[in-house]
Amino acid sequence: MAKTFVEKLFSLKAGRDVTAGSIVSVEPDWVMSHDNAAAISGTFRKTGAKMVRFPERVVIILDHEIPAPKESSATNHREIRSFVAEQGINHFFDVNYGICHQVFVEQGFALPGKLIVGSDSHTTTYGALGALSAGIGRSEVAAIWATGELWFQVPETMQIVIRGRIPDFLTPKDVALNIIGRIRADGADYRAVEFTGETVSAMNIAERMVLCNMAAEMGAKNGYVPPDETTLAYLKGRARSAFEPIYSDPGADYVEVVECDVTTMTPAVARPHTVDNHASIDDVAGTRIDQALIGTCTNGRLEDLRAAARILKGRKVKVRTLIIPASWQVYSQALKEQLLEVFVNAGAIILNPGCGPCLGAHQGVMAPGEVTFSTANRNFKGRMGCREAEIYLGSPLSVAASAVTGEITHPGRFL
Amino acid sequence: MKRKFTGKVWKYGDNINTDVIFPGKYTYQKMSPEEMAQHALEDLDPDFVSKVSPGDILVAGKNFGMGSSREQAAVAIKAAGIAVIIARSFARIYFRNAINAGMPAIRCPEAVDAIEAGDTVTVDMEAGTISTPRGEFSFPAYPPTVMEILEHNGLIAFIKTKIAK
Repeated sequence: MAKTFVEKLFSLKAGRDVTAGSIVSVEPDWVMSHDNAAAISGTFRKTGAKMVRFPERVVIILDHEIPAPKESSATNHREIRSFVAEQGINHFFDVNYGICHQVFVEQGFALPGKLIVGSDSHTTTYGALGALSAGIGRSEVAAIWATGELWFQVPETMQIVIRGRIPDFLTPKDVALNIIGRIRADGADYRAVEFTGETVSAMNIAERMVLCNMAAEMGAKNGYVPPDETTLAYLKGRARSAFEPIYSDPGADYVEVVECDVTTMTPAVARPHTVDNHASIDDVAGTRIDQALIGTCTNGRLEDLRAAARILKGRKVKVRTLIIPASWQVYSQALKEQLLEVFVNAGAIILNPGCGPCLGAHQGVMAPGEVTFSTANRNFKGRMGCREAEIYLGSPLSVAASAVTGEITHPGRFL
Repeated sequence: MKRKFTGKVWKYGDNINTDVIFPGKYTYQKMSPEEMAQHALEDLDPDFVSKVSPGDILVAGKNFGMGSSREQAAVAIKAAGIAVIIARSFARIYFRNAINAGMPAIRCPEAVDAIEAGDTVTVDMEAGTISTPRGEFSFPAYPPTVMEILEHNGLIAFIKTKIAK
């Protein structure tokens, strides 16, 4: 019987033939966590286990509150450092690496055909490299640390076929926001999503990561781009272990196929307070903003900073503008390419790589009544720390253009 | 685990996200379940915490718990006193977190349509039924793996039993 990618991967892992709907107990190849590893280590001890079963499969990357903004965060970090030392966890990345999802990929953990879980909902990002990667809860990570395995339900698969050459001013973020506006925030709930089509094939890894990152906002268990030459070229000299790509069989059973044509799409914005509250940028143009944010696990990569710099070069920002490279590698490269100089001269604030203000834990918090236009993936009420503030989401091009004018602005005005 | 729950209903709409259930600004603060309970639904219904009673039942629309993987969004609601959640559908990580916290999360769109805020309803896990003032509705049984976790009142206690064996 023809099988989907997730059915094949779970069958391989479970050592028996499984299909959508089956429940399996399997061993993930990697289990990722971040600052919440402190809380997880406490839960781990409650299981009665003394030592982590497979420390070599554990990856911990500090990114949510770095450097520590307060004593409690510093204490969390200290607990994590002593836990990794005690347990012999070698894949530990301290506060000077960057956002977990970017670092995980840069460091060559995200590989085709691997089962990867993480205590963060945007763990879906690694599907850009052909992995099956899904977000799980903290207790589940503790359970894997203790036993090496976890239960999963094999999901049904939805195919999103993206066709056409991407027009000027349109980015993968706009494509994702347009798709979410159409299928809504629960359009892929419980499902695996496969992104295919000539537009996806033409995308680089950074662009594919945007799609798979945003799959979480469709409700998907995982996002997946079939690995190809682009994937293999990216992984050359980077892959942490051997890997074997897995592909859906021709004729596999898809629960739904969504066809999208990017040639008719326009830059998109998610209005407050949900990601599926879609608008074309022209419909919200002129909306006053107080803060612009370019960064996060969705849009803090080099390609995104280059896009922002195209607009900010030689211009001044009118509102508080926060720029956060996704990782130290991105930061370093942006320095070499003199992008940081462009941002500083424009009057922007460059923050250290990390999650920063995206989840309201620290930095860039808003006051009641204020508005941020952000490249992040979520705009829920209170997300950035204030329940009476508003968040609009858009692409790095759109946010950069809006930073210059102080109101939501179509990037075409400056390009 | 109790097999039968009777309680007063709190009803909310579609797409209730984890940020309004348990705000992100608290997620990296170490808190006991009781402390988490003080922030349950803080940005959705500020009255909830002061008025909820142990054993109450939360009823919601589609995609309940969308967004973050934060487990506190399930633990806080349970610690606040909610015994079971009935929704048109659940976001997948939330569903897992609820089960893993030992709180049944039941998908039953028909019951959600029939139930009104303030109703008293009874959920029978064994029979797979929800009795409401406007009729009885059934839901499919959980797979054995899931039931086993609920029987142990959550994943960690379940793992503990397994390791101790």
